[in-house]
Amino acid sequence: MSEASRLWVYLAASPLLWLAMTLLAYAIADRLSLAANRNPLVNPVLIAVAVLSAMLWASGTPYAVYFEGAQFVHFLLGPATVALAIPLHRNWPVVRKAIVPIIAALCAGALTAVVSAVGIAWAFGAPYELLATLAPKSVTAAIAMGISEGLGGNPSLTAALVITTGVLGAIMVTPMMNALGLTDYRARGFAAGVASHGIGTARAFQVDPVAGTFAGIALGLNGLITALIVPVLMAWLR
Amino acid sequence: MIEAILILLVCQLAGEALARGLGLPVPGPVLGMALLFTALQVRARLRPDASRVETLPLGAVSAFLLANLSLLFVPAGAGIMSHAATLAEHGAGLIVALVLSTAVTLAVTALVFVKVAGLGRRRDAP
Repeated sequence: MSEASRLWVYLAASPLLWLAMTLLAYAIADRLSLAANRNPLVNPVLIAVAVLSAMLWASGTPYAVYFEGAQFVHFLLGPATVALAIPLHRNWPVVRKAIVPIIAALCAGALTAVVSAVGIAWAFGAPYELLATLAPKSVTAAIAMGISEGLGGNPSLTAALVITTGVLGAIMVTPMMNALGLTDYRARGFAAGVASHGIGTARAFQVDPVAGTFAGIALGLNGLITALIVPVLMAWLR
Repeated sequence: MIEAILILLVCQLAGEALARGLGLPVPGPVLGMALLFTALQVRARLRPDASRVETLPLGAVSAFLLANLSLLFVPAGAGIMSHAATLAEHGAGLIVALVLSTAVTLAVTALVFVKVAGLGRRRDAP
C-alpha cells in the first residue's frame, strides 16, 4: 500500500474529511453567490450540492460514509429551526397585524402546493406510490418524510424531492415576485416559506429580515397544515 | 455563548418530548420554536426594560445560524444523487410537477396574501 492510499484509507474512515469538504463546498458556493450579488440563479445550496456530488462520485464514496462526517452540519437544522423564534419575537408587532392574510395565504398556498404537484404527476401517469412520495414536497423534510411514509410513499425519495423543491423555490421566488409586481416583503417571504420551506426561508433571509421572518412562520404553519390535509386529499386517489 | 446554545437545545429537546409524547404531527424543532417564542414574549411582558434579545448571546448565536441556513441543507441535498435512477425513470413528470407546482404555489400564496392584506387596509381606512 502506498503512502497516499494509506492516507486515503485513514481519511475515508474519519468524519473529519467530509465535514471539512461540506464546509469547503459551501464556502465556495457562498463566495460565488456573493460575487454574483446574491443573484437567485447562483443558489448556494445547489452549487454546494453539485460540488459535493462531484467529489463523492470522483472518489467513489457512498452517501452513508459521507453522512458520517456531514451529520454534524445536518444536526444544526434543529437548533436553527428553534432560532427562528428570535426574528419572530422581534418582528411580532408586524406579524400580529398580518394574521388574517397569513391564514388566508397559508390555506390557499398549502392546497395549491399539494393539488398542483399531485395533479401534474398524475396526468403524466405516475403510480399512487410516487404521488404519495411527491404530495408533501413543499414542507420541511422531517414532516414530509413522515407524511410520505404514512401514505405508503418512499420517504428517502421524498427527502430528495423536498430539497429539489426548496432549491427551485429559492431560485424562482425573486424573479417571480418581480414579474408579478409584488413589493410587499411579508407576502414575498411568506410565499417562499410555503412553497419551498427552509431553503426558501434561507433565501428570504438573504434578501430581507422581514421576508425571512414571514418565511419562517410559513415554514412552521405549512408543515402543520400539510400534515393534516395530505392524508385527506390522498384518500380520494387510492 | 454556551448558555445560548443550551437554550436552543433545551427548547428543541422539550419540543421533541412534546411531539413524541402527545403523538403530534409536528417536528420537535418547530414546537421548540413555539416554546422559545412564548418564553421570549413572556420575558418581554414581565420585564419590559430588560435588554433586547438581539443584544444577548442568544441573539448572536441565532443570527449566525440563520445567516448560514443554506449550509445546513447541503448534507441532505448531497443525498439527491443516490435517487438519480428513480428521478431519471419518472424524470419528465416529476420535474414538470416540481417546477410548475413550485411556481404556481409561490404566485398563489403571495397574491392571496397581498389581496387579503389590501382588503383589511381598505376596511381600516376612513
